[in-house]
Amino acid sequence: MREDFYILQDGILKRKENTVYFENKEGRKILPINKISSIFAYGNLSFSSGVVSYLSKEGIPIHFFNYYGFYEGSMYPRETLISGDLVIQQAEHYLNPERRLYLAGKFIEGACGNILRNLRYYARNREDIQEAIESYATSIESELSCLEGAKAVPSMMRTEGKIRELYYNALDEIFPEEYRIIKRTRRPPENKMNTLISFGNSLVYSTTLSEIYNTQLNPTISYLHEPFERRFSLSLDVSEIFKPILVDRIIFKLVNKNMLGGNCFRGEIGNMLLSEKGKKIFLKEYDEKLKTTIKHKGLNQSVSYKRLIRLELYKLSKHVLGAEEYKPLVMWW
Amino acid sequence: MSDETTKEKEKSFDGSLSEPERSIHAEVFLGSVRITGVKVNYYHVCETKLWLFSHNISLEKESDNVAIGKMLHEDRYKKNSKNITIDGISIDFVKTGKKLEIHEVKKSKKIDVADRAQLLFYLYFLKKKGIDAVGVLNYPLLNKTEKIELTPEDEAITEKDIKNIKNIVLGSMPPPERKRICSKCAYKEFCFCGDRDRV
Ligand code: SF4
Repeated sequence: MREDFYILQDGILKRKENTVYFENKEGRKILPINKISSIFAYGNLSFSSGVVSYLSKEGIPIHFFNYYGFYEGSMYPRETLISGDLVIQQAEHYLNPERRLYLAGKFIEGACGNILRNLRYYARNREDIQEAIESYATSIESELSCLEGAKAVPSMMRTEGKIRELYYNALDEIFPEEYRIIKRTRRPPENKMNTLISFGNSLVYSTTLSEIYNTQLNPTISYLHEPFERRFSLSLDVSEIFKPILVDRIIFKLVNKNMLGGNCFRGEIGNMLLSEKGKKIFLKEYDEKLKTTIKHKGLNQSVSYKRLIRLELYKLSKHVLGAEEYKPLVMWW
Repeated sequence: MSDETTKEKEKSFDGSLSEPERSIHAEVFLGSVRITGVKVNYYHVCETKLWLFSHNISLEKESDNVAIGKMLHEDRYKKNSKNITIDGISIDFVKTGKKLEIHEVKKSKKIDVADRAQLLFYLYFLKKKGIDAVGVLNYPLLNKTEKIELTPEDEAITEKDIKNIKNIVLGSMPPPERKRICSKCAYKEFCFCGDRDRV
């Protein structure tokens, strides 16, 4: 199985015939092209001629992240797996308001299901907060039940916003003072938890995009998010389901096991940004998480978390093809 | 009408390949549906597979099975006569007397209805073009060959297959059903990705 390749330093990618090197003042490293599924570039990366087209030809996307470690953009190779029927059906499900609403709702339902699983899992051994968490969970469930009556995507988005707020409030009960979210802020984040969430969400978005590349879905046609919101908006939709499964669980582990000690954060505004060391720790956890396997009921075999993203995309393909109604993944483990 | 389309296709094929005389695209049109040997094969294997393949849903890059097939072919049948491909499958054509013999190498361990139907389709296709041929399936792993001739019954069956294939392809995706071959099928994950409602 191909692996992801993370580049944290600044440097240049050079191509010599069929070999690609990463080079900087500290040295030179060969990239095993036929073993790489995607490249995640966190440093300033430049390219010598021919590298980009070569990677594109090999079907390897490169995801770029900014100074903060948040998603900036991707080099998405040219599509090779195209099915006219599937794209038409995918667009049909966007254009038909009822069908679009169904899928938009399913993404929220999946995200919410996983959020609830997380809350109950985190609170399991914490008698001091269990009651508070359970009351948040109940509120989230009642918000979720509003979804069914929703007549348009914007009102679904509002419901989703409310659910997130309740979720983050609940997380504030669970995590220590230092990691309170209080208010979810974005660029630049104003506290550690926001940094961690944004960093992780960027990763999930990118991984999902890479997986979409390996299916025949068109990444620009989405349902919950507007297709013009971002170039690859389908990735935003599907990421919703996986953020609680991947990112939030990683953060919980990092904080709970005190893995983000000295030098993991940096920055003027009160040490809120991940340092290179902090990024490395997070990326290692992320990579391990993606490789972790669980038993899949439908396939009756073990699949990795990363594969679950692909399977989710297959489920979506089958839904738009009219073969099987899409039901979002909610952690069964 | 269908004959015309076939000819037209053939012409364009001739122009675009480096070794034109070595490549044949066996296809028959039924209405708007293109019937090929591979589709005939899949029809006998699994309707879902036929449908997905026909709708260009191809998910995995070249599987190991295909690679094994290629190796077998290259190793054991190199010396034999003229090598031509039909639908991208290498086939040996041997001229014996009046009739043309088309040999196909199979990697599977058992003589399979789908292989047979596929070869019958090629014979049917050649017959429509006025070429009389017989087929030989070679099973090197079994040290066995099977000779196949297009009898009138087979011809009728092939024509019926073609009609059925058309209907399946034009219909909606046939729901996957678990079979023994699913475990080796490239569509397995696509077919059984659902994680619920199963024990
Ligand atoms: S996995 Fe099974 S049901 Fe699906 S296409 Fe393959 S053979 Fe058919």
